[in-house]
Amino acid sequence: MVTYIFILLATLAIASALATIMSKSTVNSALFLVLNMVALAGVYLLLKAQFLAVVQILVYAGAIMVLFLFVIMLLNVEDEQSVFSKFTFKYAFGVFLGVIVAAQILYAVASYTDILPDISGEMVYVGTVEAIGTTMFTEYLFPFEVTAILLTVAVVGALFIAQRKPNSQN
Amino acid sequence: MELLHDINLYLPGTIIAIAGLVVMMLSAFNADHKTVYWTSILFTAVALVRSFADLFVTQTEVFHNMAAVGGIASFGTFIILTGTLFTLLLCYDYFEKVGNYHSEVYAIILFATVGMVVLATATNLVTVFLGLETMSIALYVLAGVVKSDKRGIEAALKYFLLGAFSTGFFLYGIALLYGAAGSTSLADIGAVTEKGLIYWAGVSLLLTGFFFKVSAVPFHMWTPDVYQGSATPITGYMATAAKSAGFISLILILSRALDTSVEQWSEVFKVIAVLTMVFGNIIALVQTNVKRMLAYSSIAHAGYILVGLAAGTPEGYTAVQFYLFAYTLMNIGAFGVIAYYERYKGADLTELDNYAGLGFEKPLMAVVLSIFLFSLAGIPPLLGFAGKYLVFAAAVQADMILLAVIGVLTSAAAAFYYLRVMVYLFMKPAVKDIKLAPVGGIYTSVIVILALLTVVLGVMPWTIADILATF
Repeated sequence: MVTYIFILLATLAIASALATIMSKSTVNSALFLVLNMVALAGVYLLLKAQFLAVVQILVYAGAIMVLFLFVIMLLNVEDEQSVFSKFTFKYAFGVFLGVIVAAQILYAVASYTDILPDISGEMVYVGTVEAIGTTMFTEYLFPFEVTAILLTVAVVGALFIAQRKPNSQN
Repeated sequence: MELLHDINLYLPGTIIAIAGLVVMMLSAFNADHKTVYWTSILFTAVALVRSFADLFVTQTEVFHNMAAVGGIASFGTFIILTGTLFTLLLCYDYFEKVGNYHSEVYAIILFATVGMVVLATATNLVTVFLGLETMSIALYVLAGVVKSDKRGIEAALKYFLLGAFSTGFFLYGIALLYGAAGSTSLADIGAVTEKGLIYWAGVSLLLTGFFFKVSAVPFHMWTPDVYQGSATPITGYMATAAKSAGFISLILILSRALDTSVEQWSEVFKVIAVLTMVFGNIIALVQTNVKRMLAYSSIAHAGYILVGLAAGTPEGYTAVQFYLFAYTLMNIGAFGVIAYYERYKGADLTELDNYAGLGFEKPLMAVVLSIFLFSLAGIPPLLGFAGKYLVFAAAVQADMILLAVIGVLTSAAAAFYYLRVMVYLFMKPAVKDIKLAPVGGIYTSVIVILALLTVVLGVMPWTIADILATF
């Protein structure tokens, strides 16, 4: 049963990923990307990673994609020409790099013979919100705090650059 | 309780982080320039004193082995905070005179310093990455801090794009090493015995990311434009504190995580070091802009430092730390004087032609600049000579005589472009009627102190070398 759900979700994810890069309208692309993320969230659920699944939906499919759509609609991007219209060295190089990355990923996952790994009780616990919270605030507390500084400086910096008339106090 | 204990051990970084937040709030409430300036300096000075005290504590790891305290990590923190303190001290006069002061600059400099401290103390690839990114993002903003200057904006954009590109390499390397070792801790990566394709790919991508950040040839393309376009004290900051943080982190990674593969990466470092020294120095010879010349010279200096790393021995690492300290003092000083000369509305005084005859206009500044340039050229008895001596001696000890010979030859060639600035300052008649602005008291004393340190520590290099020998 789980395997069938996995195959369904995987097919959906791959199909929507292809649709994302092949559809001519950017709005459609963005919406297909949402579909892709929802399908991936389903895969995470099958792996008993509840927290990851929820975050995937909330942050990526929710917040970030809304931002994408806003930008696309505000900028009023015109429909793009098909990418595959002409063959140049650049595309060949792109395909070449893509094949390398894909081969690397395949190589990494080739050791798994079954489609879905066995999920032990311990693994189930790792995926819960409690486990992630505990790890984040004990073992990874320091990186967590540094991330806070990183985000602060990114926001301050972005606002500083975007300011049109900075309040110079001379 | 354990957490408070760790925070106490990691106090320099914590103080700077608090300082960044305090200064950010001060600028939000429209504090005037003097308040922001002195607050930043006070906090940094306290952190600097504490980091000096840390040099003598026993080495340990804090925050669940995420960061190190004592030894190399503390010396790195010390170098970074020294660089930050002197940069901050120079900022007031510079931004007042350029007329482009924004209070956020100080907060962003302090946040960048937090990133550097984290980077220089990190013993886990997660913290290495976070430190590196905090530092880089702050520096992208700092590069474009003078918004009326088109070259500054170009510098910021270039730095951002190429920096983001190199981050990609870095992150991919971390991911692959995590795959190979099953952990991101440097100690665990050092314990890997099965070195497959994934391990080597991870190592090479990680090192590529580092070479980008420390501007080693052939990953140096961004350096000249970014250094030339940024505000001059900020350029000094990037060239010294940021580079030191990168190199100290590299030492920690090489000595803790990659110690078992020293034969392999040492060969790579040799090639990169030769390329960097030769390329940096040759292109610096033909520069007509002083800031751009110093940018290429900083590439060349990265090459000398790589010579010390290529040795792969504890002596090599010690030499590199000494070199970074020496380089920080003299380079911030050199950029400080150039910032003073440049500080003149309407004229681009960083071109070498404009330096003609300036030596007699303000003799103190010209003499001090000469001291810094002599030191950068590695002329005894100045601090730069001691640094170069230690680095090349470490290479000779590790049987890399050819490498040391190339280093000595290229640094001899480098003397030409450093001395040329002095020829312009003292031996050419003034072509233009340039009246320099009066110098602020703090500005002058800071630069004179840096020059004194360059001379005094150069005469007595063992004061630092003895501390380093205990690590």
